Amino acid sequence: MRIAGQGRVSGAKTVNFTFNGRHLMGLEGDTLASALLANDIHLVGRSFKYHRPRGILTAGSEEPNALVTLGQGGQQDPNIRATTQELYEGLEARSQNCWPSVEHDVLAVNNLAAPFFGAGFYYKTFMWPAAFWEKLYEPMIRRAAGLGALSGQADTDCYEKAFAFCDLLVVGSGPAGLMAALTAGRAGADVLLLEEDSQLGGRLLVEQEEIDGKPASVWLQRALAELQALDSVRLMKRTAVTGAYDQGTYGALERVGHHEMRRHSLKGSHRPRECFWRIAAKHCILAAGAIERPVAFRNNDRPGVMMASAVRAYLNRWGVAPGERVTLFANNDDAHRTARDLVQAGVHLAAVVDSRHDAPDSDFYTVMRGAQVCDTSGGKRLESITVRSVRGEEKIQTDCLAMSGGWNPSVHLTCHLNARPVWRREVLAFVPAAGAVPGMQAVGACNGTFSTQGALNEGAMAADVVLDALGLQRAEAAVPVAEDSPYQIAPLWAVPGKGRAWLDFQNDVTVKDVTQAATENFSSVEHMKRYTTQGMATDQGKNSNVAALAVLADVTGRSIPETGTTTFRPPFVPVSIGAMGAGAVDHGFKPQRFLTSHGASEERGASHLEVGLWYRAAYFPKPGETNWRQSCDREAMWVRRAVGICDVSTLGKIDIQGPDAAKLLDFVYTNTFSTLKQGRVRYGLMLREDGFVMDDGTCARLGESHYVMTTTTAAAGEVMAHLEFVAQVLRPEWDVRFTSVTEHWAQFAIAGPKSRDLLSSLLDEPIDNSSWPFMACGEVSVMGIKGRLFRISFSGEEAYELALPADYGDSLFRTLLARAETLGGGAYGMEALNVLRIEKGFITHAEINGTVTAHDLGLARMLSKKKDFIGKAMAHRPGLMDADRMQMIGLKPTGAVKELSAGAHLFSPEDPIERVHDQGYVTSVGFSPELGHMIALGFLKRGSARIGDEIRLVDHMRGIDTLCEVVEPVFYDPEGERTRG
Amino acid sequence: MRITCPLCGERDRREFNVKGAALDRPGEGADQDAWHTYVNLRQNPAGVLAELWYHEMGCGSWLTVTRNTVTHEILKVELASQTEMGGAA
Amino acid sequence: MIQRGNGPVAELLIRTACDGLEALNIGGLSLAESAPQSLTTLAPFRGQEAALGKAMTAAHGLTFPPVKGSTLGKEGARAIWFGRDMGLLIGPDPDPSLAKHAALTDQSAGWAVIELAGVGTEDVLARLCPVDLRLAQFGIGASLRTELKHMMASIFRLDKDRFQIMVFRSMAKTLHHDIKTAMEARAARG
Repeated sequence: MRIAGQGRVSGAKTVNFTFNGRHLMGLEGDTLASALLANDIHLVGRSFKYHRPRGILTAGSEEPNALVTLGQGGQQDPNIRATTQELYEGLEARSQNCWPSVEHDVLAVNNLAAPFFGAGFYYKTFMWPAAFWEKLYEPMIRRAAGLGALSGQADTDCYEKAFAFCDLLVVGSGPAGLMAALTAGRAGADVLLLEEDSQLGGRLLVEQEEIDGKPASVWLQRALAELQALDSVRLMKRTAVTGAYDQGTYGALERVGHHEMRRHSLKGSHRPRECFWRIAAKHCILAAGAIERPVAFRNNDRPGVMMASAVRAYLNRWGVAPGERVTLFANNDDAHRTARDLVQAGVHLAAVVDSRHDAPDSDFYTVMRGAQVCDTSGGKRLESITVRSVRGEEKIQTDCLAMSGGWNPSVHLTCHLNARPVWRREVLAFVPAAGAVPGMQAVGACNGTFSTQGALNEGAMAADVVLDALGLQRAEAAVPVAEDSPYQIAPLWAVPGKGRAWLDFQNDVTVKDVTQAATENFSSVEHMKRYTTQGMATDQGKNSNVAALAVLADVTGRSIPETGTTTFRPPFVPVSIGAMGAGAVDHGFKPQRFLTSHGASEERGASHLEVGLWYRAAYFPKPGETNWRQSCDREAMWVRRAVGICDVSTLGKIDIQGPDAAKLLDFVYTNTFSTLKQGRVRYGLMLREDGFVMDDGTCARLGESHYVMTTTTAAAGEVMAHLEFVAQVLRPEWDVRFTSVTEHWAQFAIAGPKSRDLLSSLLDEPIDNSSWPFMACGEVSVMGIKGRLFRISFSGEEAYELALPADYGDSLFRTLLARAETLGGGAYGMEALNVLRIEKGFITHAEINGTVTAHDLGLARMLSKKKDFIGKAMAHRPGLMDADRMQMIGLKPTGAVKELSAGAHLFSPEDPIERVHDQGYVTSVGFSPELGHMIALGFLKRGSARIGDEIRLVDHMRGIDTLCEVVEPVFYDPEGERTRG
Repeated sequence: MRITCPLCGERDRREFNVKGAALDRPGEGADQDAWHTYVNLRQNPAGVLAELWYHEMGCGSWLTVTRNTVTHEILKVELASQTEMGGAA
Repeated sequence: MIQRGNGPVAELLIRTACDGLEALNIGGLSLAESAPQSLTTLAPFRGQEAALGKAMTAAHGLTFPPVKGSTLGKEGARAIWFGRDMGLLIGPDPDPSLAKHAALTDQSAGWAVIELAGVGTEDVLARLCPVDLRLAQFGIGASLRTELKHMMASIFRLDKDRFQIMVFRSMAKTLHHDIKTAMEARAARG
């Protein structure tokens, strides 16, 4: 019920919204919760386990009960807290975890079966038969218990992430945070102030008090105006800090679009729903405030039972009286503000119950001292409370009970780096440990300082510390004068008595459950949590954990500090997966690397393979070809018979220069490069320090102290890092420089018997076999453009690689294709390239799989005996040279089944197909159009001694089982005559 | 986590790749035990540890980062080129 | 985007890294490919930093760039810091005299080079790069290496509201996509 003239939204525009289909009106500035209460709606949802009717408990992000679902389909947001959801025109909210409606919920029968649903119920009940758990019990429980549901459709909203930096991060904009920001900002510090609410001010927005003799709102307006005018201060609303991480890193969730209707205009479609901020702050002042905690008593979960601070927040900020006959139950002075404010606003106060015998008096209402609320009654709304005192028990009619068990400082962020909070007896609360997070100071209520004056003072003092560290001068300004009453409280966690007294409203955990956990020896607070589910789910026990562990302490006969808290982990408030993974959808997921030939390849209908981040043409179909094999066979034969063109620019190319370039190459390659002549290329092998093969490739000597190394596509980044490691860490005294030139050169293989004809027609000066023998390299000119030519072959044919600056890549590729086509050839893709290299037994990372040695590959001759190199010592361990190891072999089918497959395993024909008899595996296969059958490379135990043997190839995945002959891993032109031309 | 690169200044952890403990490479002629220790054995201390990090997304420097694995405090960051780990040539 | 002279050089045509990607104007910010220029990495040999600086001054009127900085020379020649012991000469082809003191490597075709300009450019970059690029921390003429989304990038501040951004050529399309997305999100916030 709204009270005219009361609250900060008074006179605001009306806003239309619906709740469970009912058309309702609220005011601009309302939260969904305040608007519901203004419409006298208290029943908002059903509880997790018992499906009890639940209402609005709090006025903040700690809300455990009032969770609703907004939106439909891909935009459905479950578990939205009504207490933080801002109202907007057209908002449609609905209750969750109830069927058919929140008013009439079939599963409310669970409440009657409550005696069976206590802590540990699942563990004890659904034990046997074991198979039933997955198929029957779990799905059944999931349907019955739970929170809101996802739609199952892809999220259509956009999210973003961003980075921010500051000298001082201020978390929270209550009096402590504002004073800290003002003090630091006035001195010119680079301040970022974050507030999770839609408005700045914290408790100043909801309390009736004075600062410097005037209403606090006057000071607040002035402070905000001053902060907004300061260039070095940034203020962010609707942004909750979710976690504290190492070296001053903080995560924060900004709700960008939750307070407005989704817009589908061009502009609106890019508007992010949320932004996840990663903030690097030199200093942090935590002014996160405190959260009021409930008292556990029988039936304390009825709609209408609320936190005392929330009742006066609804009254003072939103002008809403949550009831017509309000009662208060508290153990501390602070809660009496609620009674005072209600009376001042003209709301009928039915009773004030204080558990303390020395509770303060009031001129405006009588206080029932030393009394406790021990039960409530009502169905979907509170109707009465039962108060127990020395006079016995009495029932009091009331539709809203404001309760307070004291305040829990929001210490969460101070604990994210593993610190535990410290119990302070005077305030009956955990406060942050000093130095819990390096660079962070906790001030005000989150530090256990509950007066406004104390908050202002601590905010200013903490800012002074930061200014000192930053070397900035503090501007002269006095801390304003404010309320400074001491915090008076006496312990009260749970009111003794029969029945269920709720601790954790969200997870339906009662005092009985905690007691039972302790009885069954789950007496560690972490065990109790897991056994009872206390403090789990969206609210993470923000308002219930401390009371629960106090009850546990009581049951186990320990003190509260001895019992301790559970671990506080990020995030402080729920963060959607969409925000965490912002940007990583569709093309934003990872970079795409395109070759200069990509466009021309697409025009020819090529299908592309993803090779790491690169997109490479797999094959180029011709009209009439119905499957890839036909294209692949044709392309491979072009290379064998005429000439083929293939973009090989993805291979890593590293430019190496300096007086010690040769020395470095000798050190990183197993073979020698210092002896390589200028204008020549050599194949090289690199090992890891543990003796296994890291990568292979060619390296060309362009000048006395100038080489260009090629790496495999897969290992380009790894090799670059390795070279830098060797040069910077292992041999910093050597003078050698590296630059990746992979992207500067578009490089094309021109392979086949007609490759020289093609080149001679293209190059400004024709070449011949004697001036450009196999493994020659040098500068050439193509239509006036300078490039590089390498006579190297990955196909076994006479072949060249021609490189021009990538700006010419597209044009060069088209030119090469046109000329190749006139010679009876054309483009070939990765499939044909693979067949050609398997025919020759050339290795790729299918073979260099991290477990193979140079010996295994038959490349032991490349391990130089004359010099040291990386991996030499370890490569010569006896185990790595053992003849029993698997060695690379070739395979050709001899059985009835002619199919071979990569990943298949090899067995001796006489052995059963069992793991213990495994003799090796297949790494690469292809169909050789030249030979007319499939061929394969693989590794086989003692393989090089078993050439000519029969072996059984088994692939259970693909259902292949066939016999093969073990052959030398070179199927075609073993002498290499064709390569030399 | 943030690492202060001696060249680039303080940077987010995502710009770096860690290789592992910073160890002295055995010199020429070292025996198999020395190599086994270098390649395979790690102390994994709960406390101070020197590690090699590569500022791959930044300036390309290899760094020796000394940090406390318990408190996560970073005690020292040096260019690895200046920390002499290559072993006797 | 801007195309380097459409005319054929003999028969081979030039297509720059961002060829085919549209220039953008979103929310008052503009994104366009930079006019093509020679790009040469300069990696001074041991002990040659000073000699290289002298040769650069004589030939191009600028010195080797300081860490995280840049230098400006004759006829718009620039040298920006490009990483550990590395500078990038932008504009002229390097004078042959430099080769004695440094490894010179032509990178002219290896990078996608774009300019992002307008009031609010910093906000767009804050959505892409994990570094503080505000003017107070990253002044005019400053140059750094970082990541842009998942790509290795070079960021160079040409002016208060004008940045040069470089990533490897093959990722031009992703660069365009990622910056466009950030520009749109910023603009949509109004």
